[in-house]
Amino acid sequence: MSSNRKVAIIDYGIGNLYSVKKACEYVGLDSIITSNKIDILNCGAMILPGVGAFGNAMNNIQEKDLIESIQQFAKSGRYIMGVCLGMQLLMEYSEEFGKQNGLSLIKGGCKKFNFNENVKVPQINWNKIYSPNQYEIFSEESPLSKISQGTYMYFVHSFYVEPLEKNNILSITSYDNFEYCSSICKDNIFGFQFHPEKSGKNGLVLYDNFKNLIKK
Amino acid sequence: MSLRIIPRIDIKGPNVVKGINLEGLRVLGKPSDFAKYYYENGADELLYMDVVASLYERNSLQNIIEETASDVFIPITVGGGIRNLNDINTVLRSGADKVLINTAAIKNPEFIREAANNFGSSTIVISIEVIKQQNNNYLCFTDNGREFTGINAIDWVQKIQDLGAGEIVLTSVDREGTGNGFDDELIKSICAKLSIPLIIHGGAGSSEHVLNTAKEFPQIDGFGIASMFHYHFLKEYDIINKNFDEGNIDFIKKGLHPKGISPTHINSLKSYLYNNKIDVRLF
Repeated sequence: MSSNRKVAIIDYGIGNLYSVKKACEYVGLDSIITSNKIDILNCGAMILPGVGAFGNAMNNIQEKDLIESIQQFAKSGRYIMGVCLGMQLLMEYSEEFGKQNGLSLIKGGCKKFNFNENVKVPQINWNKIYSPNQYEIFSEESPLSKISQGTYMYFVHSFYVEPLEKNNILSITSYDNFEYCSSICKDNIFGFQFHPEKSGKNGLVLYDNFKNLIKK
Repeated sequence: MSLRIIPRIDIKGPNVVKGINLEGLRVLGKPSDFAKYYYENGADELLYMDVVASLYERNSLQNIIEETASDVFIPITVGGGIRNLNDINTVLRSGADKVLINTAAIKNPEFIREAANNFGSSTIVISIEVIKQQNNNYLCFTDNGREFTGINAIDWVQKIQDLGAGEIVLTSVDREGTGNGFDDELIKSICAKLSIPLIIHGGAGSSEHVLNTAKEFPQIDGFGIASMFHYHFLKEYDIINKNFDEGNIDFIKKGLHPKGISPTHINSLKSYLYNNKIDVRLF
């Protein structure tokens, strides 16, 4: 048995896993890049990274036979953090190329930004995150603890998450005056649309918070 | 949309280099030292360009990327000598977030589509190196402005967007390293055809140059800047005690900087832009 404080970074063939691993190392979080079921289930927490297309990612996860393992992991109460596409995969579906099924850990889906042609999609941008309830700070029980309102994080995406239940929204962000959910949480499951491992020192605070949650 | 300020670090072998019009390269220091300094001082992103890789058909960047990505937590774009999907994969696995492609895309435009399908559009950045001709046409060049292609830059912008490119880095080779300011006429003609993010590079000599061009063209998403930042950093950089594997550092040892370049701290530029109502990420 490996240490239950180790975090499994799920490798399903896409994404910049190196930076996620280096961010974990930076904050002193022991991690392993893996697609092996037994390794994953032996870990105390999970990071689900990802860039690219939703359908490709789900196909790869299915090919590696990991869907049930991830769902089982979530039910066990251990912490899961989805990053960028990894956040979108937590949902029930995405409207990317028709309708594709996700991991269904949180109710709701992913929709494409719908702007006029003057607004560039994907959003490739440093953008601000806020608590959905104005004047409130981010919960101390979340990885956003100690992060100020209006902090810039680095975003690259064309689709956004729309949770069915509003109380799953952990942060909101506005792109061309359109407000959407940029962080999500449900019990032990967190998702971030931005890349905390690419968002400078504030992004590393998030990794450090995640480490502290696991150690509690 | 906040304007991205992106230090561009040209690399030759193990060293940071800087030239004028992409030629006459001077050795300035170690890439990871520059990268770390810019990361800690407010850079929104970094651009690494291996300036000889496509000429000598080699890839030497992998170790430099790994070293950089281990303690620099902002997006890193890497270019120079990327010829196939395997090269892209190698660079991304080393810690880069995006790749910058010029020569391989010109030789085979379908490569852009193939790359975008495999890695996602937002990972594929096309570098366009432009030289203005006597008849005022803007033509694309490859291999750091050495190889003539005959391709019109404005037509090329349309084509690469259709093929799935995620972003453009536009270099005016005529202005590059000179500090004479950006080629606004070139930018204007490119912006007319634009639906993806645009990074402007080549010509920044002062903060005013950046402000004026940013104000005139709100479609610009970022600026790639080398000399202004490098020659500022060098004042703080103890180059004399560094060991260099190759290259001549006499110019730097004398504490000189090229005429036309006002060395500027990255955060001074950002504060200046912010105070003049340009949306930037302050640090």
